[in-house]
Amino acid sequence: MIRSEIFRDIAPRLRDQLVICNIGLPSQELHMIDDQPTNFYMLGTMGLASSIGLGLALAQPKTVIAIDGDGSVLTNFGTLPTIANNVADNFILLIIDNGSYGSTGDQPTYAGKKTSLAAVARACGCGNVVECRAEETGKALQAALDSRKMTIIVCKCESGNIKVPVITKDPVVIRDRFMTAVTA
Amino acid sequence: MSINKKIVDDFVANDVTFITTVPCKQLGSVMEEIETRPEIYHIPANKEDEGMGLCAGAFMGGKRPAIIMQNTAIGVTINTLVTLIQFYRMPLPMLISYRGELKESVACQVEMAVHTKALLNQLRIPTYHFHQQDDAREFDTILKYTFMCNKPVAILTDATFWEGS
Repeated sequence: MIRSEIFRDIAPRLRDQLVICNIGLPSQELHMIDDQPTNFYMLGTMGLASSIGLGLALAQPKTVIAIDGDGSVLTNFGTLPTIANNVADNFILLIIDNGSYGSTGDQPTYAGKKTSLAAVARACGCGNVVECRAEETGKALQAALDSRKMTIIVCKCESGNIKVPVITKDPVVIRDRFMTAVTA
Repeated sequence: MSINKKIVDDFVANDVTFITTVPCKQLGSVMEEIETRPEIYHIPANKEDEGMGLCAGAFMGGKRPAIIMQNTAIGVTINTLVTLIQFYRMPLPMLISYRGELKESVACQVEMAVHTKALLNQLRIPTYHFHQQDDAREFDTILKYTFMCNKPVAILTDATFWEGS
């Protein structure tokens, strides 16, 4: 399974949650597959989906799912100790780990080589770190939602992209629509 | 009243209750003061762009955020300031220690100090410079201005300012 297939699989579970989605193809794919006002699409700023998600989870009570990539977590490794030390039980970090920088042409990341993001997250002090295969993502996500415990899911999947249009929505529209959904 | 207490009082009075920090020697006392306030959730960040991500999330969750950092962080955060905070029009007060100004003892800090205001100007970030203690009287007004206009706003605080505290 590739990332877009995982999105199609888990879209019904994401629909009712606040979602912070990673820059580039992940946001474009989620936008095409199941655009929702509860989705915040990052149009820039690689690496900060998990930080935005944690800040949002700490600021209000609804469940927040940050969808990140292995390349983006690698670029903002400092996020993992911050998450570990500021526990928000309404926060789920879903790392789609395809071992490559998908949006830039599938160049390999170190997460696809020797580096285990799940092991790094545990070493940083994060509890409830789950590594799963792509096919198990929906089940792992539902378990995390049901547990009401802060959870990090590292979903190991194949690299590969589909053709998707860029997001042309104005960023302020995305943000305003999202903030309205947060308070709904 | 100590300047640290005044600054943190102004944060609280303006409902700024989510503050992220990356330390600087000059800012140690104001961070200690923040730690004493139960109204404020203080979340240390490992890097300033990470801190701005936390602030963006907190803002969308209904909190008023702020970041406290050193001017060297301008170099770290330009992309985040432009593509997250400015692009999505979010307010962000940035209380910044202006290292490399008069009374600096570390030469390397001057290298960033000479670029600080030019970079902020290039980014069209409203910038205030606290040099004397009295300058902090405007801090309350600056916070109100920041949340009125939904922009990042820089408050540079130099060694002479902190020396008077």
